[in-house]
Amino acid sequence: MSAPLLEVRGLSKRFRGLQAVDGVSFAVPRGGIVALIGPNGAGKTTTFNLIAGVIAPDSGNVLLDGVDITGLRPDQACHAGIGRTFQLVRPFGALSVLENVMVGALRATADMRVARDAACAILERLGLADKAEAPAKSLTLPERKRLETARALATRPKILLLDEVMAGLRPTEIDQMVAAFSALARETGIAILLTEHVMRAVMALSHHIVVLHHGQKICEGTPEQVTRDPQVLECYFGTSITPSPLEGEGGEGGTPKPH
Amino acid sequence: MRGVPVLGLSPRVAVALGLFVAAMLALPFFVNDYIVSVLVVVLFAAYFGQSWNIMTGFAGQLSLGHALYVGLGAYTSAALFVHFGVPPWLGMPAGMAVAAVAGSLIAALSFRFRVGGVYFALLTIAFAEFTRILFDHFKWVGATEGLFLPVANLAHQDLLRLRGSPRMFYYFLLALTLGALGLSHLLLNRRIGYYWQAIREDEEAAQALGINVFRCKVLAMALSAALTALGGGFLAFYDNNLYPDTVFAIGRSVEIITAPIIGGLGTLFGPILGAFLLTTLGETMTSLTSGVEIDGLKQWLYGAALLAIVALQPAGIWPWLRRVIGLETRR
Repeated sequence: MSAPLLEVRGLSKRFRGLQAVDGVSFAVPRGGIVALIGPNGAGKTTTFNLIAGVIAPDSGNVLLDGVDITGLRPDQACHAGIGRTFQLVRPFGALSVLENVMVGALRATADMRVARDAACAILERLGLADKAEAPAKSLTLPERKRLETARALATRPKILLLDEVMAGLRPTEIDQMVAAFSALARETGIAILLTEHVMRAVMALSHHIVVLHHGQKICEGTPEQVTRDPQVLECYFGTSITPSPLEGEGGEGGTPKPH
Repeated sequence: MRGVPVLGLSPRVAVALGLFVAAMLALPFFVNDYIVSVLVVVLFAAYFGQSWNIMTGFAGQLSLGHALYVGLGAYTSAALFVHFGVPPWLGMPAGMAVAAVAGSLIAALSFRFRVGGVYFALLTIAFAEFTRILFDHFKWVGATEGLFLPVANLAHQDLLRLRGSPRMFYYFLLALTLGALGLSHLLLNRRIGYYWQAIREDEEAAQALGINVFRCKVLAMALSAALTALGGGFLAFYDNNLYPDTVFAIGRSVEIITAPIIGGLGTLFGPILGAFLLTTLGETMTSLTSGVEIDGLKQWLYGAALLAIVALQPAGIWPWLRRVIGLETRR
């Protein structure tokens, strides 16, 4: 087996009295889709921020493609090959959808025409092509989530970090996103690391799941293995109850029910 | 509605711009000296507004101390001329360099220590005020007594030493304004323009997309400062006298930002339109209130008009106007 694309080794971060991330290690293989799950406050977003350079870890390393990227600034991490989305979408509101994605595409080229073509292709892939000229602030939430992904994708990352891109979406929209990401990983070979509360998406998408609880990794494995792990069941449901309850639409903070 | 773009502008905008330029070129032949001098004021406001707009309108970094760069440009070129006979065409680039260095230092200091938003704006005021007080005691440039350029012989246009009539300055400033317009257009359609706007909209998201936010912001400040200083050089040779309390005045900083805000912050044509509107408004108020003996009436009316514009069109007049006259473009 070849070396993993992303390797996280013993990552730790402490905020005041809280050990947000505590010696977490895991790996994402090339073209792999790995989910980082856990209850609220488990340290998922902090782990993302540590990988993407928003905050520096107290200890531990992040290796991308064999290169140590620990402690780089976010823009440097992006140039190294990390593309990330934000849990709370952050579109450039006054710019058009196309311009938003072009900002990402300009990471790899200064040629405006090349950037425009690349951005158009990505909008096409994510089903936003008909919105290209619309101001980003006019988009609906599902569209904004897709724009967020499109922008990160445009930077031509080696790995895409998706921070709860499914939250707030309807089941049909989630299924569309799942299909889009599966195709993306299959066709482009881009690896994906995602945090997600929507179990429906996690189970359908990921090849491998890492479970965090109180900043520590309590379990990892295939979706089947993880859903049978007693520790996982305990942290989600207290004492273990009926087996494999994480299947389907349920799960902590799961899909919001349509009105 | 899309035709063949001319220099990246839609055909309608290109035609409108062509008409505007033609009218501006011809105007001095049809109006008296007083109107020309008013138009010079308009063009100064337009040009300074454009320079400021690059930093605040495009890159989103609020500067309330742009008088600093006007003053550095004005004093550098004027002092070099008065003391060493250096022609303004060399003195003004020197002034631009001084201002660019000052702007970069202020920006680098602020952004390195993560001073942003209103605190950054306060800092820009502070630096402008420090410099004003410094120049009040700077004997070499006349301190509070002022620095004077030899008065021009208005019948004779000396292009090399910038001694001449308001008409000569009118054409120089028109060229400057159109140059700044072209530069702004170019920048907005390049990577740096996209990066500035991304930073203006959301710094953290911009950084996640690989943008070196610090470098882009310092560059915006340096460029804005240098362009402002170039205008300051022309101002020195137009006014012929420089006092720290007027050149570096905080009121000037406020004046600089009014036109682009009224015209349309971050837009290409906003600063020019705003400058025309405000100066015309000011002149109209002056003539309206000339027979009335009420102190401050003009300022009252002027302020009320500004309030009305900001309340009715908070995004500025240009975004509204281009819709009305059917020049809807992306910017």
